[in-house]
Amino acid sequence: MVPSLLNLPFAELEVGQHLYWQIGNLNLHGQVFLSSWVVIGLLLLLVVSGTRKMERDPKGVQNLLEYLWDYLRELAREQIGEKAYRDWLPFVGTLFLFIFVCNWGGALIPWRLVELPNGELGAPTADINTTVAMALLVSLSYFYAGLSRKGLRYFEYYVEPTPIMLPFKIIEDFTKPLSLSFRLFGNILADELVVAVLAFLVPVLVPLPAMFLGLFTSAIQALIFATLAANYIGEAVHEEAH
Amino acid sequence: MTWLLLAEAGVPEGGLFDLDATLPLMAVQVVLLTFLLNSLFFRPVGKVVEDREGYIATSRAEAKQKLEQINRLEADLQDQLRGARQAAQSAIVEAEQEVDRLYREALAEAEAEANRTREKARREIESQRESAQAQLMSQVDQLSAQIINRLLAA
Repeated sequence: MVPSLLNLPFAELEVGQHLYWQIGNLNLHGQVFLSSWVVIGLLLLLVVSGTRKMERDPKGVQNLLEYLWDYLRELAREQIGEKAYRDWLPFVGTLFLFIFVCNWGGALIPWRLVELPNGELGAPTADINTTVAMALLVSLSYFYAGLSRKGLRYFEYYVEPTPIMLPFKIIEDFTKPLSLSFRLFGNILADELVVAVLAFLVPVLVPLPAMFLGLFTSAIQALIFATLAANYIGEAVHEEAH
Repeated sequence: MTWLLLAEAGVPEGGLFDLDATLPLMAVQVVLLTFLLNSLFFRPVGKVVEDREGYIATSRAEAKQKLEQINRLEADLQDQLRGARQAAQSAIVEAEQEVDRLYREALAEAEAEANRTREKARREIESQRESAQAQLMSQVDQLSAQIINRLLAA
């Protein structure tokens, strides 16, 4: 924890502090869940308000949702391929939307107005648990995608084009979730820290460029995560031309 | 680490890389969100968008078909128009020829009539002149006879 010289609420900085909830023997990071519920609530609100009365000539929020849907469909189709992308569009799209709203919510929602006994609210993606959870889901889903589409022939992928690739492909299965989770976690946490440190040093104007850069990074990170997830799934379901 | 602290039943001290039950619960949350968004967002919006794409595709196909039909009709009508133009042209030519022929016939007839009339008149004049001449001759003869008679009587 960086000590606060100014006693302003926005100039405080806490790293690695969590609001612990205990259920039986289990520890939960309460602040992550609180902010993720806000994020999920926002997402559902947007989605429900946009799809309540849909028409062939789109109006208002429906336009935005259709744009998003189209964007995500293109992303999934490009990475996964024409044949299988329909099954995975909801997953990849949810990852993108959830991460995007988490990241932007972390930067745009004035969380500091809410006092917690310990820890502070922020982007749920700035917690390693969230990113590892999503990265593991991606791993599970590409294994599932490959196995359900190709059965045990999926493992041919490990020895293609030559069996020399086997150790590298096995290592890849570990590095994929690792790099996915740490990339997202590191970027968002670093972004929050930079903004917080700048705000701590010079509370006026100076953090603004870093904040804008942060918004940009946040969007890019959401896109990267979703694209890589789709790419891994696409790799798993890809049929070699025999 | 977390599980060591749990043995002491105290609140863990936290840290940046503090992995605990937040992970699986967050995973469950994300999966639930996936299903929720699938039924609230991806499926309905996808249905609307794909319906519209289908509608546009069929409308386009229909419009294309109609355009083709129109083109066919237009070509057909153009053919008919060309035929009608040709028919009209040939009718005009025919009529002109007819008029020309009639004119020539009428002219020839008139000329012949005129010739005939002139010939007749000439013949009449000739015959009248002849008769007049004959009359004159007879009168001359008569007069000469009278003159001779008078002279002889004197």
